[in-house]
Amino acid sequence: MTLDKDQLLDAYRCMRTIRMFEDRLHEEFMGGKIPGFVHLYAGEEASAAGVIRHLESGAKDTVGSTHRGHGHSIAVGCDVKAMMKEIYGRQGGLCNAKGGSMHIADVSIGMLGANGIVGGGTSLSCGAALTAKVKKTGGVAVSFFGDGAFNQGMTLESMNFARVYNLPVLFVLEDNGYAESTSSDWSIGGGNPVQRAAGFGIRGEKVDGHDFFAVDRAAGEAIKAIRNGDGPRFVHIDFLRYYGHFEGDATTYRPKDEVKNERKFNDPLNIFRARVVQGDLLTEDALNQIDDEVAKLIDEAVAEAREAPLPDLLTLTTDVYVSY
Amino acid sequence: MSEKTFREALNEAFFNEMRRDENVILLGEDIAGGMGSGGKQDAWGGVLGATSGLMTEFGRDRVFDTPISESAFIGAAAGAAVTGLRPVAQLMFVTFFGVAGDAIFNQMAKFRYMFGGKTKTPCVIRTLYGAGTGAASQHSDCYYPLFTHQPGLKVVIPSSPYEAKGLMITAIRDDDPVIFFEHQAMFGDKGEVPDEEYSIPFGKANIVREGEDVTIVAFGRMVQFAQKAADELAESGVDCEVIDPRTTSPLDSDAILKSVKKTGRLVVVDEALPRCGMASDIAGIVSEHGFESLKAPIRRVTPQHNPVPFAPNLEKAHIPSPERIIEAVKSITGDTA
Repeated sequence: MTLDKDQLLDAYRCMRTIRMFEDRLHEEFMGGKIPGFVHLYAGEEASAAGVIRHLESGAKDTVGSTHRGHGHSIAVGCDVKAMMKEIYGRQGGLCNAKGGSMHIADVSIGMLGANGIVGGGTSLSCGAALTAKVKKTGGVAVSFFGDGAFNQGMTLESMNFARVYNLPVLFVLEDNGYAESTSSDWSIGGGNPVQRAAGFGIRGEKVDGHDFFAVDRAAGEAIKAIRNGDGPRFVHIDFLRYYGHFEGDATTYRPKDEVKNERKFNDPLNIFRARVVQGDLLTEDALNQIDDEVAKLIDEAVAEAREAPLPDLLTLTTDVYVSY
Repeated sequence: MSEKTFREALNEAFFNEMRRDENVILLGEDIAGGMGSGGKQDAWGGVLGATSGLMTEFGRDRVFDTPISESAFIGAAAGAAVTGLRPVAQLMFVTFFGVAGDAIFNQMAKFRYMFGGKTKTPCVIRTLYGAGTGAASQHSDCYYPLFTHQPGLKVVIPSSPYEAKGLMITAIRDDDPVIFFEHQAMFGDKGEVPDEEYSIPFGKANIVREGEDVTIVAFGRMVQFAQKAADELAESGVDCEVIDPRTTSPLDSDAILKSVKKTGRLVVVDEALPRCGMASDIAGIVSEHGFESLKAPIRRVTPQHNPVPFAPNLEKAHIPSPERIIEAVKSITGDTA
């Protein structure tokens, strides 16, 4: 499957938006402007962009995310300015400042939420897939989870449940090298996630997460098979996150120069740019123009978030129930 | 109107709602039974038979027997609810909540709040609870106070077959997650249950018996015990008002406070454990908001601080009895009679 020019531009814009959103949050957080804590997705952009572009807009297809969920949210199409306000804890936040970074959601467009519980989203995606099955919508549920979540009972139960009922779920393991400070090479027993998925009767493959085109191909094939009624599939995406587990993490557990080398040699955006420019698919100018547009969007998002009023204290006890 | 068991009352509610709304689905372990086997299908109809016959009418596309994977299928119920279905999932015994705790407490309960009021999660988690069947420590707990503690959940405890049908219909139609407690020792209990559909609102206590001298608040199976105690006390001239709150969340504290204002005395009967249970909660509410009405100390009739035992004599001693309720009432009515 080859992408046309507009699709390439969209994919690049998606990845650039995620990168600038996260890099900017890193700065804002260091400046003490953001309450709570945030988990940044920089370095993993090719996964969100390469997988989610195969989903249909609207709520028919769904995405279940993780505590590191900004990238998925942007790729699904959540309002970037409302996301920034949410993370700032301000009025106009996507979740009315009740959720913050770890609970960004927009169910109306199929984004079932970032999730503060490692592994917590996998069964929710099975439920979304069940809805697609019962209502015969043809929808697919994508469940992103990390290497930490791959060792959670919830995830393993969900993979079995999805297989047993042949649910239309794509399980995407985003293996960014570390569950908090613990290496995924150490924590994933057996050391072979694709084989583990095969143990559940779920076909999968390992993909270089720095290469948007590799992710795009693997996800495209898997989602096509799922739509054809083949049941759950699995993709193991391999890369490294640029920042710590959370902002403020000193990352002393990481080898010296790991991130420096990763940024220098394995940046998914640089790799994408090189490929499309060398292949005469897009021009440097077109890509630079997107960079400028995204920078402006992020600047505006931050400025608006900083100026937005704090939530009304009366909202403390609202939205607990539909009726009570 | 005809006499039906608690089991039949629930079964009618499921048939009614599944016929009415095709978005209602059932999930749980052995709720039909026989899945994948070479023998009888719909073999069990649930561990106590409340979902019998539903698979035969609605098929395997709406009645989902699950592997023993509560994390997965209770979580799936939450995910299905936010995406447009109305799942009714069975957590077979409430004691198993620990293996599905995340899906209930962190996911379905909090979606609406965390997502800024922009979503709803209409699902029912029905679950067996209560001592009295010799099931011992890991199948007999009364954990409804835990769920009552959690904002975002509604908690329902029917006290009779009539209540079970009406409250289940309300639960399935409700747009919030509902934890529905079914006492395992009550499945064979009989009572008048209308054939037609009816619903009983949440948060509206049922004044089971009106009285002037003492208010007895009781939940679930304890409502029957409180009625029995009230009958006996009436013979000795003590006039008890028996209140069944029906739901612990929302809780009709107004009805309780109003009754205590009239009687001046309160006994709370709870099969849940004494620490941080409903009896403590209601005692706290009345102490804070109805203190001036009280003519005597509040009495709590609960088990003691121990897990549910196995031996029948120990189990009987664990569960509040009509005799203990009578004793508690007499201790605060003194020379009223």
